[in-house]
Amino acid sequence: MGQTLFDKIWDAHVVSSNEGFPDILYIDTHFIHEVTSPQAFDGLRTRGLPVFRPKQTVATADHNVPTIDQHLPIKEELSRYQVDMLTKNCAEFGIELYGLGHPFQGIVHVIGPELGITRPGGTYVCGDSHTSTHGAFGAIAFGIGTSQVEQVMATQCLLQSRPKRMKIEVNGTLQNGVGAKDIILYIISKISAAGGTGYAVEYAGDTIRALSMEGRMTICNMSIEMGARCGLIAPDQTTIEYVKGREFAPKGEEWDKAVAYWKTLYSDADAQFDEVLSFKAEDIEPMITYGTNPGMGIGVTQHVPETASFETKEQGSYKKALDYMGLHDDEQLLGKPIDYVFIGSCTNSRIEDLRQVAEFVKGKHKADNVTVWVVPGSKQVQEQAIREGLDKIFDEAGFPLREPGCSACLGMNEDKIPAGKYCVSTSNRNFEGRQGPNSRTFLASPLTAAASAITGRVTDIREFLKSSESELVS
Amino acid sequence: MATKIFKHIQTSVVPLPIENIDTDQIIPARFLKATTREGFGNNLFRDWRFDENNAPKEDFVLNNPNFSGKILVAGKNFGCGSSREHAAWAIADYGFDAVVSSFFADIFKGNALNNGLLPVQVSDDFLKKIFDAVDADQHTVVEIDLVDQFIKIVATGEQETFEVNPYKKACMTNGYDDIDYILSKKELIEEFEEAK
Repeated sequence: MGQTLFDKIWDAHVVSSNEGFPDILYIDTHFIHEVTSPQAFDGLRTRGLPVFRPKQTVATADHNVPTIDQHLPIKEELSRYQVDMLTKNCAEFGIELYGLGHPFQGIVHVIGPELGITRPGGTYVCGDSHTSTHGAFGAIAFGIGTSQVEQVMATQCLLQSRPKRMKIEVNGTLQNGVGAKDIILYIISKISAAGGTGYAVEYAGDTIRALSMEGRMTICNMSIEMGARCGLIAPDQTTIEYVKGREFAPKGEEWDKAVAYWKTLYSDADAQFDEVLSFKAEDIEPMITYGTNPGMGIGVTQHVPETASFETKEQGSYKKALDYMGLHDDEQLLGKPIDYVFIGSCTNSRIEDLRQVAEFVKGKHKADNVTVWVVPGSKQVQEQAIREGLDKIFDEAGFPLREPGCSACLGMNEDKIPAGKYCVSTSNRNFEGRQGPNSRTFLASPLTAAASAITGRVTDIREFLKSSESELVS
Repeated sequence: MATKIFKHIQTSVVPLPIENIDTDQIIPARFLKATTREGFGNNLFRDWRFDENNAPKEDFVLNNPNFSGKILVAGKNFGCGSSREHAAWAIADYGFDAVVSSFFADIFKGNALNNGLLPVQVSDDFLKKIFDAVDADQHTVVEIDLVDQFIKIVATGEQETFEVNPYKKACMTNGYDDIDYILSKKELIEEFEEAK
C-alpha cells in the first residue's frame, strides 16, 4: 500500500520506535524565541546539559518586541528583561540569534521560510503553535510546549505519537477577491475549532496547487485553529522556485540532490487517509469571523447564526461569545463600523500580503474612524517593502508601516486594541482578549481588512473589485 | 530528573461549563513575560476572574468560596489555541492536580502531562453527570485513579474509565522524565545523524 506524504517524512525521521512508547522523532531545525525558551534554558542548567545541536537551533525575538523605534532600548522593563535573557542564553549555549537590529530578525514563521531554513521533507518545531506554517513546504512542523523545547534542546529529538492522517481537498476556481485566508477560514468554519484535533492534515486539490508559497503558508499556519497537529502541502515547482537561491538553501550539487529527493515527496495514489474532506472553491466567499474562536466564521454577506440553531448544551457558550463581541442573533456584519485594522502576524505579513494591500489601497485613504497598523513579518519584508516603495503608498493611505514582530496578534507588547473596540485583523485568533483586554476581533483576509479600513466598515471586497475603476474612496 | 508523581486523588471539584476554553483565557499573553515557571496561578483565568481594576468578579467560579478542590471540570475542547505551557503551569500552580473535559486540545494535553497535571477525557454524558451532580451539591466529591484509569462520582458510584498513553502513565505514576528516557538512547540518535 502506498504512503502518505506525512508518513514518508515521519518515517525518515524516526530514530527509535518501540511498542507502547511514543516514537523518538529527529528534529532538523528547532526555532526558538524569547517567550517560551527561558524556562527551557533554566532546565538545561539544572540538569547540567548543553544544547545538543546548537547549529540546528535558530533564535529570534518576535513576540514581545515593540514595533516602533526598535533601535532604542525596549521601554517596558519585563519585556526588555525577557529579550535580554534570550540574548544571554543564546550566547551561553552557542545559538545563532537574529535579534532586534539583525537584518534577519522577524516573526519566527516568516524568517524560517524566507531564509531557506524551512525546506521540503524536513522536521521543524518551535514553542509556538503556528509552527504549522512551515508545513507549506511539504514538511512536518508543529508547535510544542516549553518542556518539549527543553527536550529538543537536550536531544535534538522529540517523543511523539504518530497522529492520524486527514486529507482536505479544495478544487475549482476562487471568486475574484477570495484568497488563501478565506479558504482556511471557510474550512475551519465548516469543521470547527476542534475538527482537526489528533490529525496531521494534508491540503490538496487544484485550488491549493494554484496558490503561491505565501498563500500555502497562510493555509498551513491556521491548521492549529482547527486543532490539527500540523498541516502540510506536497512540494512542487512553486515550492522549489521559492526555496532556490535563499540564504541557507542548499547550493550546487547539494541543491540538485535535494531537489531530486523533494520530487519523491507526495502522497501515493493509493495512500490511505483516516479522513478525507472535499470543498469547492466556488462556494467560498470572502470570510469574516463573528465569535471568539476561529471556527465561528461566516461569508461576509451572511448573518450571525441564531442561538436556537445550536444544541441546548452549546447555547450558553455561544451566547457568552456573542455578548463578548457585542453582537446579536442574525446580525449582519457587513456595514458594521470598525475602529482598528491590523495587517500583520505570521498568517499574513509576508511581502505578497503587503504588495496585495498596497496595490489595493494605492490612491485611496483610510476612513477617519479607523486606526490602521501594518506590521511586516520580518526585517527583510520591511526592507523589501521600502525598496518597492510600498511604504509611501501606505503612508499616503494612512496605513503606517511599522517594524517587524507579532504585535497586535497577541497583544503582548504595547500594540493592543482597546477594550470594546472592533478590529478587522489578518491574524489568526479571535479569542476573548487576544488583541488586548476586552478587545473584539473580526478575522479576515488582507484584502477584506484593507477594504474595511478604507470604508470604516466591514466591507465585501467583491463590491470594490466589481466597481474597481469607479472611485469608491471615502 | 524526577518529576511529580500522580496516582490517585479524591476531592471536590471546580466546575467551568464553558466550551472551547482557549489558553489565552487560561493565561493571557501579557502575563507571559516571566522567565521562570512559578507564580502563574495568580493570573489563572485573569480576565474572567478580575475586572479592569483588579477586583475579583463575584460571579466567576474561582471567586466563589463554595467551590474548591483539586479537579477542574470544563466544557469540551479545553486548552485550544496557543502552545504556551504557561497554561498548564498556571492551572497546576493554582493548585489543581487534574482537569476533566469531554475533549482536550492536543498541545495542551501534552503540556499538562509533562507537568504532572492529569487531563482526564470523559464522555459527553459523564461530563454532564458531573456538572449535574455539582449543580445539586456544590461539594460533590470526585475520585480519579490513574493506576486503574477510572473516574468516579463518589456519592452515586457512577464511574467511567479513561484513556491515557501508557508511556505517559508510567512517567506520571513513577516520576519518570522524558529527557532521561531519550538520553538513554543517545547512541541511536548519533547513529541516525551519521546515516543521514
